[in-house]
This record gives sequence, C-alpha cells and structure tokens, in this order.
Amino acid sequence: MMKMKTTAAIFLLMLAGTSVTGADFPEGPELGDPADAQRIEHWDRSIMPGGQGLPSGSGGVEEGRAVYEQYCQVCHAPGGVGDSGDQLAGARMDLTSDWPEKTIGNYWPYATTLFDFIRRSMPMTAPQSLSNDEVYAVTAYLLYLNDIIGENDILDAETLSKIEMPNRDGFIDSYK
Amino acid sequence: MTDKNNTITEVPAAGNGLLDRRTLLKQGLRFGVIASSSMAAAGAATKQFADSVDAARPPWMLEPGAEFSLYGSPSPHEKHVARFAAPNRIMRNSGAAFTPLHLLEGTITPSGLHFERHHNGVPAIDPEQHELLIHGLVDRPLSFKTEDLLRYPLISRTCFIECGGNSTAGWNRTPSRGQAGYIHGLASNSEWTGIPLGTLLEEAGIVPEAKWLIAEGADAFAMQISIPLEKALDDAMLALYQNGERLRPENGYPMRLVLPGWEGVTNVKWLRRLKLTQEPVMARNETARYTDLLPSGKARQFSFIIEAKSLITSPSPGMLLKSGPGLYQISGLAWSGKGRIRRVEVSTDSGASWAQAQLQEPVLPKAFTRFRIPWRWNGEPAILKSRAVDETGYVQPERSALIKECGRHGFYHYNAIVTWKVSETGSVSHIYDEDENNGGDISIDAGWD
Repeated sequence: MMKMKTTAAIFLLMLAGTSVTGADFPEGPELGDPADAQRIEHWDRSIMPGGQGLPSGSGGVEEGRAVYEQYCQVCHAPGGVGDSGDQLAGARMDLTSDWPEKTIGNYWPYATTLFDFIRRSMPMTAPQSLSNDEVYAVTAYLLYLNDIIGENDILDAETLSKIEMPNRDGFIDSYK
Repeated sequence: MTDKNNTITEVPAAGNGLLDRRTLLKQGLRFGVIASSSMAAAGAATKQFADSVDAARPPWMLEPGAEFSLYGSPSPHEKHVARFAAPNRIMRNSGAAFTPLHLLEGTITPSGLHFERHHNGVPAIDPEQHELLIHGLVDRPLSFKTEDLLRYPLISRTCFIECGGNSTAGWNRTPSRGQAGYIHGLASNSEWTGIPLGTLLEEAGIVPEAKWLIAEGADAFAMQISIPLEKALDDAMLALYQNGERLRPENGYPMRLVLPGWEGVTNVKWLRRLKLTQEPVMARNETARYTDLLPSGKARQFSFIIEAKSLITSPSPGMLLKSGPGLYQISGLAWSGKGRIRRVEVSTDSGASWAQAQLQEPVLPKAFTRFRIPWRWNGEPAILKSRAVDETGYVQPERSALIKECGRHGFYHYNAIVTWKVSETGSVSHIYDEDENNGGDISIDAGWD
C-alpha cells in the first residue's frame, strides 16, 4: 500500500513537470510544442568533442586547399597566417613566449571544434554554404598546415574524431 | 577649510582634498567638470534678448514647443553621447561597440547605448518565425513560439553584462589614450525582464544526467556556448524585455539569455536552441577564444565569472576641470559578478591614502553600483584611483598585481585598478603607475573577429 502511494506520487510529480532540480520556479502555462526527432536532427548542428554529431562525408588536404583559397584566404591570409581574421597556423612564438601566437596547432584542444565552427559560422559572407565534404576538406587542410595530419590523409567522421590535438591538456577548468 | 560663505567646515576623508560626503550634503556642489554646449547656447540666447521687452525669457519660451513624439530621442545637443564602434577591418558587422560610460550618470545604461558585441552582425529576426528549441537530455523536447513565451510568468532584475574582453587595452604596455567608456565600456547595466530559465527547463523535464546546456543563437554566426546547468537553474533568465521595452535587435531581439555576473559571451543573444548534455561542446568560443592564457602556457577555461571592478567616470580622460581649483565630485561605477559591491575606495594621491566613497542606493547584486565622493582640487597634479571590494571580500587588484598573476596575454578578464592623472591645467589622462613606456604602443594579441 505504502509502495503504491509512493509510485503514484512520483507519477503525479512527473505529470506536473516537476523535475530533478527541486528548485522552486514559477509554474508556466506549458505552451511548449512537442519537437519531433526530425526537427531536432535538422536543427542540432553541435559536434561534441568525442565526435558525436559528425555527419557523413569526407575530404582531403588538396580539396581543402582549394576551398581555403576560394573562401577563407581573404581574411586569414595564404597559409593561415592571419590578417583581418584569426591566425590559424604558422606560430613562430610559443604560448610561453613574450609574444605568444595562438593557432589551431598550438592552442585548439579539439579537432572536432574546427568542423563544428567552420560549418556553423564560416565563411562569414555565406555561413552554412559549404557542403559537409568541403568542411571536412578545409578542416583537413588546416590540420595539415598545422602539421597535425599528413598531406594524403582523408578526414571523415571516424578519422576526425580520433585526432589528438597537441594542446589537448593545455587548459585549466576555472569553473570546477 | 571653509566655503565662500564661511558656514561649513569641510571634513577631510583622505589626503589631497578628498572630503567627507557630508560636506556635499550641507553645501551642495559647484559643478565644473564640463561646461556643456547647451549652457553656452543658453548664455548666448540670453544676451541676444537682453534688450528686448522680456529680457529674462530665452527664445524657447517665446513660441510654442514641438508636438508629441511617438518615440522620444535624446536632445540634439547630446549627439556626442554615442557608442564607439570597433569593427573588424573587412567584416564590419563583426566586432564590438562600447558604451560611453564617461558620458553617463546613474546606473542604468540607456538601451540604445548598451554595448554591442556580435560575431557576424545583427540578425533581422521576425519574431513570428523565431522559435526556441529545448532538447537533448530532457523528458520532452519542446519548441516555444515567441508569442507564447510572452504569456509566461515574468521576473525583472537589474544586472550588468560585461564582455569577457572588456578593458583589453589595459594589457598594453602603454596606457590607452581613449576615453573611459571606449576602453571599459563593453559593460552595461539594464533592467532585464523575462522568464526564469528553470521554468522552461522544468517544462521539458531535466534528465538527471544533464550537467550542461549548449546554447545557440539565431545569428549568422550561430553563436554557440556551453553553460553549466547549475547556473541555468540558479539565476539565469530568458530575457524578453530590456529597460521596460522589448529587447533591441542588437541586444538579442526577440529573446536572449541573461546570466547575471557571467561574462557576456554566455549571455547568448537571439537564443534559438538549448541542448542539455553531460559535457560541454568545446565550441570555438570556449576553447580558441574566451580562454585566458597564463604565463605558464596553460589557459584558464570556463572562467565565466566577472570579478569586482571599478573605474572613475568623472573626471576621466578627455574632460577638463576648466573652472580650476575648487570643489568637484568624483563619480564612478563599480560592479562584481559575485554579488554586491561592499565598498569603493577612492584615492587622489596615487594610492597613498584612500577614502570610502558613498554608494548610491540601492546597491544590487551583480549590478552597476554608482559611487561618488567630493574632492577639493588644489590645482596641482593629482593621481586618481578607485578600488572596489565586493561582498565576498575580493579586492580589485592593482595592475601590476594582475599582470604578475595573469601575465600579459590573457586578453580576457582585465579588472585592474584604473589610474587617471589630473594635470595642473585640469586635463585628465590615463597613466600606469609603473614606468613601462619602453615597449611602444603595441596592439593587443587578439582582435574582435
């Protein structure tokens, strides 16, 4: 009897939308519409550091060079040395020097971030205009410029998620 | 010392002319920092009409005034009170625009002067087509229409938002020659009204494994950042209104996150998606950017909280104490992402002595706090500083201490004591205590892309 009551109470709590937080938030009119899986898949473009979310497709360094020269070079300069856009490669000064240069190769902790960022935000004049193959390719080119992968390596969901970036352990979690 | 009427005794509060605030209450102030153009115009007008029948009346008293305006604007005499934009050289919609803190008083930043920081321009969002999706580790993924959200229970709170990259010029080896707001004005303070984020998250039902929120904006950048769920359930708000009206486009219309006390980049504008996850997404703006490089070569990540900070906004660089020696009011702003400002100390002798400034009530947590103190300037060069202490006991550091701890290349979270020098002519300039003028006027190590 007691057990049944508890189960019923938990069920009622779930119905009321009361969650695990236990905090006291004002009750809303509950006007949220259920979002189906297709809608979520369409909207969710987050690539997790373990590679979850990486789409199918692939690209190599040479195709990536062509994409870079067409869309990226105008701001990031030939070879990714940076201009009006960030420096992406070619650091001559390391992170402990008097004039540190932060690049993908010596600073970015995850290669997945590159794919996520390029696909969602670049090129600035036409974001989301590159195909997944083109994003893999230009990611490959930038990793090649930073000596992370070889000239003939091909990137896809599997190979990209396995890349260990040199500065993977270069961060201190200030929030913890 | 006595005033002109020999009625009040001024009570010193610290060296070099800082006075007890009661001095002010008793005798009032002769304001002398800036003679405004409207005052000059009024003077001229009075002269022009000096010989007319009603010499006491300026021209605007001799004809009917303007009709109603449907949305008011500042006086045409105040056109100089404007944001200062620092756009990217090629992508001019990317970058930052500063609040002119040195031209404002009180604590509320007018909505049209709130600082702007966006990564690829201001989106032209149709609120009828904008929706907020909550998904990931939730029981019920939900989508919210803008008009439906307006029916939710609202709360209001006044708080500051400061870009993590505010005051970056402070890292430079020579003092910036900019005006105070154009160095430190990537910080603004508004009354925000919106829905406690917890109300919406609970409607979706938070799965116990959820630890982070990935927030995404509906701008061309599709701004993405990870936020600990703990903060989302503490005091985070989905803001719909700013200073009583719907959000301005450049500040997130039709909806944005407000995370009181946390660096601006986490206060995602044009919010369209919240994904609950077990771990952060490691977005570009929480790895490559908005991380603070230390001298060791390691970088601080997820340094969300804005530490206590203050600066004197009047007098400040670009101003002239043109009426010469006499009584002035020193006025400034202090804020802390950890809570209330407990006190602000002011020095006019380069830190040799400090006096406690008066804090304007109400002193709100994680909000701009206005401080003021009377000062009788003797006409000699003076070095002005302010130092904030928050309710946790944290003391705003001297610049040398901040650099000793953080190096010069952290870029973000610069909160050192700001030093102004008043010259014998009454001009005000920015100086460093240390003699560092050997490095040239270097550029900061990251731009506003």
